[in-house]
Amino acid sequence: MPKNHASQTTIIDINKVKYVAHLVRLGITEEEAAVFSPQLAAIIDYFNLLNEVETGDTPPASETSTIRSVMRADDVQPSMPRQDFLKNVPHQDGEFVQVPQVFDEE
Amino acid sequence: MELHNLSIREAHELLSKKQVSSAELTAAALKHIHQTDALIHAFVTVSDELALEQARLADERLRSREGVTLLTGIPFAVKDCISTKGVCTTCSSKILENYIPQYNATVMDRLAEAGAVLVGKHNMDEFGMGSSCENSAFFSTHNPWDLERVPGGSSGGSAASVAASMGAFALGEDTGGSIRMPASFCNVTGLKPTYGRVSRYGLIALVSSFDSIGPMTRDAYDCAAVLQVIAGKDPHDATSLLAPVPDYIKGLEKPIKGLRLGIPKEYFQSGIESGVEDSIREAIRKFEELGMEIREISLPHTKYGLPVYYLILFAEASANLARFDGVRFGLSVTEGAENVIDMFLQTRREGFGPEVKRRIMLGAYVLSAGYYDAYYLKAQRVRTLLRRDFEAAFEQCDALVAPTCPTTAFKLGEKTDNPLTMYLSDIYVVSTNPAGVPALSVPCGFSNGMPVGMQLIGKHLSEDMLLRIGHAYQSVTDWHLKRPVVAK
Amino acid sequence: MTTYEPVIGLEIHAELLTKSKMFCGCSAAYSEAPAPNTLICPVCIGLPGAMPVVNKKAVEQAILVGLALNCTINPMNQFARKNYFYPDLPKGYQISQYDLPVASDGWLEIAEDSGEGSLRVRIRRAHLEEDTAKLMHQDKSALVDFNRAGVPLLEVVSEPDMHSTEAALAYATMVRSILRYLGVNSGDMEKGALRFEANISVRPVGSQEFRTRTEIKNLNSFRALMRASAYEIQRQTRLYESGCEVVQETLGWDDVRGVTVSQRSKEEAHDYRYFPEPDLPPLEISRRWVEETRDQLPELPEAKSQRFVSAFGLTVKEAKRLTSEKALADYFEKAISLSRSPAKIINNWITGEFLRYVNEQGLDLDHLPVPPEHLAGLVDLVTGKTINENSAKVVLKEMFETGQTPEAIVEAENLAQVSDESYLEQVVAQILKDNPQEVASYLGGKETVFQWMMGQAARLTKGKADPQVARQLLLQALEKARNK
Repeated sequence: MPKNHASQTTIIDINKVKYVAHLVRLGITEEEAAVFSPQLAAIIDYFNLLNEVETGDTPPASETSTIRSVMRADDVQPSMPRQDFLKNVPHQDGEFVQVPQVFDEE
Repeated sequence: MELHNLSIREAHELLSKKQVSSAELTAAALKHIHQTDALIHAFVTVSDELALEQARLADERLRSREGVTLLTGIPFAVKDCISTKGVCTTCSSKILENYIPQYNATVMDRLAEAGAVLVGKHNMDEFGMGSSCENSAFFSTHNPWDLERVPGGSSGGSAASVAASMGAFALGEDTGGSIRMPASFCNVTGLKPTYGRVSRYGLIALVSSFDSIGPMTRDAYDCAAVLQVIAGKDPHDATSLLAPVPDYIKGLEKPIKGLRLGIPKEYFQSGIESGVEDSIREAIRKFEELGMEIREISLPHTKYGLPVYYLILFAEASANLARFDGVRFGLSVTEGAENVIDMFLQTRREGFGPEVKRRIMLGAYVLSAGYYDAYYLKAQRVRTLLRRDFEAAFEQCDALVAPTCPTTAFKLGEKTDNPLTMYLSDIYVVSTNPAGVPALSVPCGFSNGMPVGMQLIGKHLSEDMLLRIGHAYQSVTDWHLKRPVVAK
Repeated sequence: MTTYEPVIGLEIHAELLTKSKMFCGCSAAYSEAPAPNTLICPVCIGLPGAMPVVNKKAVEQAILVGLALNCTINPMNQFARKNYFYPDLPKGYQISQYDLPVASDGWLEIAEDSGEGSLRVRIRRAHLEEDTAKLMHQDKSALVDFNRAGVPLLEVVSEPDMHSTEAALAYATMVRSILRYLGVNSGDMEKGALRFEANISVRPVGSQEFRTRTEIKNLNSFRALMRASAYEIQRQTRLYESGCEVVQETLGWDDVRGVTVSQRSKEEAHDYRYFPEPDLPPLEISRRWVEETRDQLPELPEAKSQRFVSAFGLTVKEAKRLTSEKALADYFEKAISLSRSPAKIINNWITGEFLRYVNEQGLDLDHLPVPPEHLAGLVDLVTGKTINENSAKVVLKEMFETGQTPEAIVEAENLAQVSDESYLEQVVAQILKDNPQEVASYLGGKETVFQWMMGQAARLTKGKADPQVARQLLLQALEKARNK
């Protein structure tokens, strides 16, 4: 049954926007959430177009790739010199990478 | 003939005959870049010193005649999402504005081994998210054919570069038309190879399931020359294909007579600019003259290409961009941060542009508990249907021909108000990546003074045939030889 | 008043003993690395553009564990991205397995400590994933060392089939033992190579329901596992008894205060947004590969224990003790094969003096200066009465210190036991003569003096008196004195 796309039905409210923003650790303000809300909703709503298609038992494409079982032997390869790594590290403390205080969220 | 206008083939001939040196070619390219790019803004970084040093080494090779390839001594540049050791790699994003990778992408190693000379890094839509190069965090690139128009995206800088002869070739990257669309807008030949044909190791990922690095060149011959060097299995990339790499240059001369060319009817329905359609139809007539069998076929799920593409893009991109957190590299905003989460939030807030933010939020949305089946999983199932459409088509045809874009290059600022409008311009190019099939965009005319490109789409691992068809077409037409006059 | 029973499920994280990391060629030997951030590469530190490639050995080790746990090895495997943010997680996602893990639907038979009956604990799955970096909390910041990031991890998840902390301990101990037997994990909980997470709920005895459960993370010793589980069981029981509800949450264990501490309330429960890892094609595990791996399975602890009972006449407890470590069991079997003495005696020596020395000195069972043939020789000298037990203890010490054979030491130190009756008669006579008060004391009924006099016999013979002979002669002499 083809879906009628003339009227938008998807709603992504401000709380949802804030929730997904936090999932991807994006700091956004209340005002920004309000701007994103209709934009995100319109995009998802358009893509609801997919509901028109009967997929039934069709397997997802991630299982139908032709390549299989790519592995490597358990051999040790030379590592990257630490100074090369540290060149790009924004905050360091001697040999370590430094970050602000961590509260146990994981 | 100005040195910077030479194609790879032409330059190689002169280099081999010692009528020109790589140092001269490179110096000419750099000079031309510094003059012309002030108008086009295709480059984020120009690596003069490195280029001249590489040219010097190339000249040594050419002198000794040892290890000389078609690409030895040839100046080129790459889209700024490809990791280049020691050279700033930004993805045109603030979050990587000063990031200098400490390792080379595999394709860069292969090009260096072949002796090619890197002159710089190209502007793009931030993290490949866009179709016009207007989403770059730094500046927009301008189309050399009309500076008020976009070059297309997201490999806009690369296409504009090649069109304006700033470097003999470029490496772009195509996730959902990002090589072909700007190639079409800028009158350049661009190839999206079969997924896995070219290693992705070192390519800053957008959509791991779709991303493909490919050549952008003056013609099919040059395209074959570059593909020859970069294609092939890479032990660092588990998705790279084992299949042996054929001789693409030799393959160009094989005949195309008798090959069956399919016209997908869904690609010619309403919405195409008439000038674009006329050019494509004219090209089809040419193919007929060349002895190809033309037939109409159907790709019934075409209209679902966009949602399939974007839903999977949102999901994978949101995961791929999670590593940009201010801990190990890139922008790191810690002022006022009371804890590490503040650092994450602030860094990503300041480092990502609005389109990137929209897409990664949508990615979290479509993957989150309760929505996964309806969006991500559904898209993956319809993706299988898209793949089967192509498989069925390739049972009746050897290749398909279609417009690359429904319009020619639009004006800067024309589509930036509504993200959806921008997505819709990708309609003809988004189905190939989910199916993993290769596609070549080839100049085939002009409409209202702007270039028109056509796509040749083939089945899995048929880029040799696509290049052959493109080459045959370019032997009897001269659209690809036209050059823009870059002026304000 | 309702009685509640605990419902416990365990998740065990085991670092695999491969040479290189799970998805890259960096060395996995981070616990030996002297310097931080030296076992790193673009892949394991999550640099843009880097890509994972699966370590075949890790898969093989996972298959071994799956087989040892009686699991089905899934012919089609898929890796997945588990998405969350933390500074010790370089990519902002962990590559793990979700829908299609290496192994599923297994079980382990564990004996309850009381020795009565056994419990079958079902194993839901075992899957492969990568370890995170090491985070060190400081005052106002934290430091990160990426050496550990990317080390292969095998996660074994049980069903909530355990109904006592003892059962949980027995299960955890058995799994650890099996992992060590297979050579895939060091079993070192202190270093974090093996970690536990307990899922705890309680329910009225007799009911089959599953109530809200809590998750206690990062238990890094059996002691912590037991104490934390016991505390949590009690806490939840008290809540229900007072009419309250148990809130689903993740807890940490504060060993100092002896309490579980909330780490995350259910509002912040992670939405991991799992999806199949696009950088890693599906992995097929063929029947052949499974069977080839099965051939590599050693005799496992339970089977070995049962065999020791029937072959050597040991008790179940003795057999379990010996088979708790494969190296110990192998040592015992080797020693038996080279000895004339009864298995029980060899067992007593090994689990007694021998292990005491090993533990005191902190020696590694795999690298001992005393090979099984030397121990066998020593025990044979005792059962053959060449030396007595006291001397044997001295010889054993010397064997550990010098690595010499027991025979050589006995000869060099002249420790051969003296059983010569005529000589010992003289010694006994001397003792009686020198200690009339003690003799009188003994004859007066103080039996403990006898031991003292035996001690004198040992002293006078420099420990070489055959105790049995000496005892007999001393008794005889004393009785003679009584009858005088």
